[in-house]
Amino acid sequence: MKETSIDSRLRGNENESYQANERGYYGDFGGAFIPEMLYPNVEELRSQYIQIMQEPSFQEEFKQLLKDYVGRPTPLYYAARFSKKYGTKIYLKREDLCHTGAHKVNNTIGQILMAKRLGKNRIIAETGAGQHGVATATVCALMGLECIVYMGAIDIERQAPNVARMKMLSATVRPAMSGSRTLKDATNEAIRDWINNPVDTHYIIGSVVGPHPYPDMVARFQSVISEETKKQLLEKEGRENPDYVVACVGGGSNAAGLYYHYLDEPEVGIIAVEAAGKGIDSGESAATSALGREGIIHGSKTLLMQTEDGQITEPYSISAGLDYPGVGPMHAHLFRSGRGEFISVNDADAMTAGLELSKLEGIIPAIETSHALAIFETRKFKKDDVVVINLSGRGDKDLNTFIEYFNL
Amino acid sequence: MNRIQKALGQNKKLLSLYFTAGYPAINDTMSILTQLQDSGVDMVEIGLPFSDPLADGPTIQASSTAALHNGMTTALLFEQLKDVRETIHIPLILMGYFNPMLQYGVEKFCAKCQEIGIDGIIMPDLPLAEYEADYKAIFEKHGLINVFLITPQTSDERIQQIDAASDGFIYMVSSASTTGAQSGFSNSTSDYFERIASMHLKSEQIVGFGISNEETFKAATKHQKGAIIGSAFIKHITENGTNSVAEFVKTIR
Ligand SMILES: Cc1ncc(COP(=O)(O)O)c(C=O)c1O
Repeated sequence: MKETSIDSRLRGNENESYQANERGYYGDFGGAFIPEMLYPNVEELRSQYIQIMQEPSFQEEFKQLLKDYVGRPTPLYYAARFSKKYGTKIYLKREDLCHTGAHKVNNTIGQILMAKRLGKNRIIAETGAGQHGVATATVCALMGLECIVYMGAIDIERQAPNVARMKMLSATVRPAMSGSRTLKDATNEAIRDWINNPVDTHYIIGSVVGPHPYPDMVARFQSVISEETKKQLLEKEGRENPDYVVACVGGGSNAAGLYYHYLDEPEVGIIAVEAAGKGIDSGESAATSALGREGIIHGSKTLLMQTEDGQITEPYSISAGLDYPGVGPMHAHLFRSGRGEFISVNDADAMTAGLELSKLEGIIPAIETSHALAIFETRKFKKDDVVVINLSGRGDKDLNTFIEYFNL
Repeated sequence: MNRIQKALGQNKKLLSLYFTAGYPAINDTMSILTQLQDSGVDMVEIGLPFSDPLADGPTIQASSTAALHNGMTTALLFEQLKDVRETIHIPLILMGYFNPMLQYGVEKFCAKCQEIGIDGIIMPDLPLAEYEADYKAIFEKHGLINVFLITPQTSDERIQQIDAASDGFIYMVSSASTTGAQSGFSNSTSDYFERIASMHLKSEQIVGFGISNEETFKAATKHQKGAIIGSAFIKHITENGTNSVAEFVKTIR
């Protein structure tokens, strides 16, 4: 089997690869459009991240923590009843079983080790659903570092259990009061904090967004998902490559992790699922590939939802983790190049799919993840297709939304 | 010679003011510009509001949100400024974020600036490398001076690169922070002012961020060529109305 761990995977020929090039570009997308105030911080990270990740001591500590603390490898589970219902072979990559309940912790473990090696003692993060905030607060508690999490005031309300978890983990949660008071605004506040604290602080971005090197670094940390999937699928199906990999896309980190080792395997179909909110044409949506144009958000050139005048518009989704007006540059490139198939799913269909998986498989998924599960109603697969879905998180944090929605 | 270069050649310290176009009211742009010129201000930064102003503190964020709410757009600002050179002779710089410029079209944006008589551009989130690779030729073709920022954290090596790339002045951000008024500067800020002066750069430096009154203006221009006031001015017109521009300028010098 091919060796595919993050340390050994060197970039292939740029023109044939869907990975980032040295300047952090995926095709036309990426780069680092940052104010000069951020340049020293971002440059410090950019010039060192690959080298640090390749150090044997880093690798050892990262792998050990993923195993003993996060609980990896996560199972690749054949969902028999769900598969039967949709007439195809569906595997669930169980990131919901990670410590803290979602894939987000793969990245925060990696970045906290990075922060320590860069000599930083203060950690900031943004969060939407609260999953990344919890995952950041968790690793800060683990390492004894100060943690400040920015969270949109609206999200603080709709994700109350995660706010309480962060507080128990001794993080400070600061409400973002500007704009739509959701993920985009929390990210703005975190970036402003970094501008104001350029020396001692590391910013743990929660997805494959932001200026280079973040999208590539976060994708590498999350790539453990597809690294494991390859091995597990070989055991179960006698082949490393499924016919399709499917993931929901907010910023795109769980998707990047599942796609990573399949990006340059053309026989594997890549399916990205975005949140349509109340419908693509409703004016209340977060389906970036359908509604977005090329532009700059949070330091990255990518597809984003904006007005004709270039003002970033306020997205909407029932799921806080998908409520972001852009996508990571990797995904913008997958979309534009045609390598990825993009599907959008509205609130109602996602909620129904979440309830359905609970009933058929005894697994309550996050509402973010439920979007990916909903595609089978409309996107048909062949009977012997092998489809791997990233079950990015569990639904505990969403119970209130499920209860209200279904009058449970 | 561009108006900015002419102003920099004068034998005096320059006072430059920033305001957000479309704030407090949508049609205040020309009135504020006229009052600034009449009060003896040497240069003006006209802020093009953006929905997500990453480098700005609460005051400019709020003015930008209000301006967008009032209906300000790139096209409308150009329309408001179309006859500006009939009455305004001081250098004018457009300051904003790169995405609205990108959507308008960089070439079209620059051509429009030239047609109106805009002298320079400050886009904090258009970094040196991206500028030089993709946009420099367009800016130059239209006679626009691009202004780069430096901060107390900027390395000497990078300051030299920025100096070499600058045709006008270097915008010296006074401290590691977003925009916002401060009542005084710390010792380390004064050290930074002195350190940069002692580098004997080819470009003049103008200090911005945190200048709010006579004291901070004097401190900022002790070693540097001038200073830019933004948040304190916006606060002033928010509290005292748009006809109080001269009153504010008098408190500075
Ligand atoms: C469970 C879960 N899935 C998916 C996402 C979306 O993020 P990303 O697209 O980066 O995976 C989130 C974000 O909070 C999440 O909590």
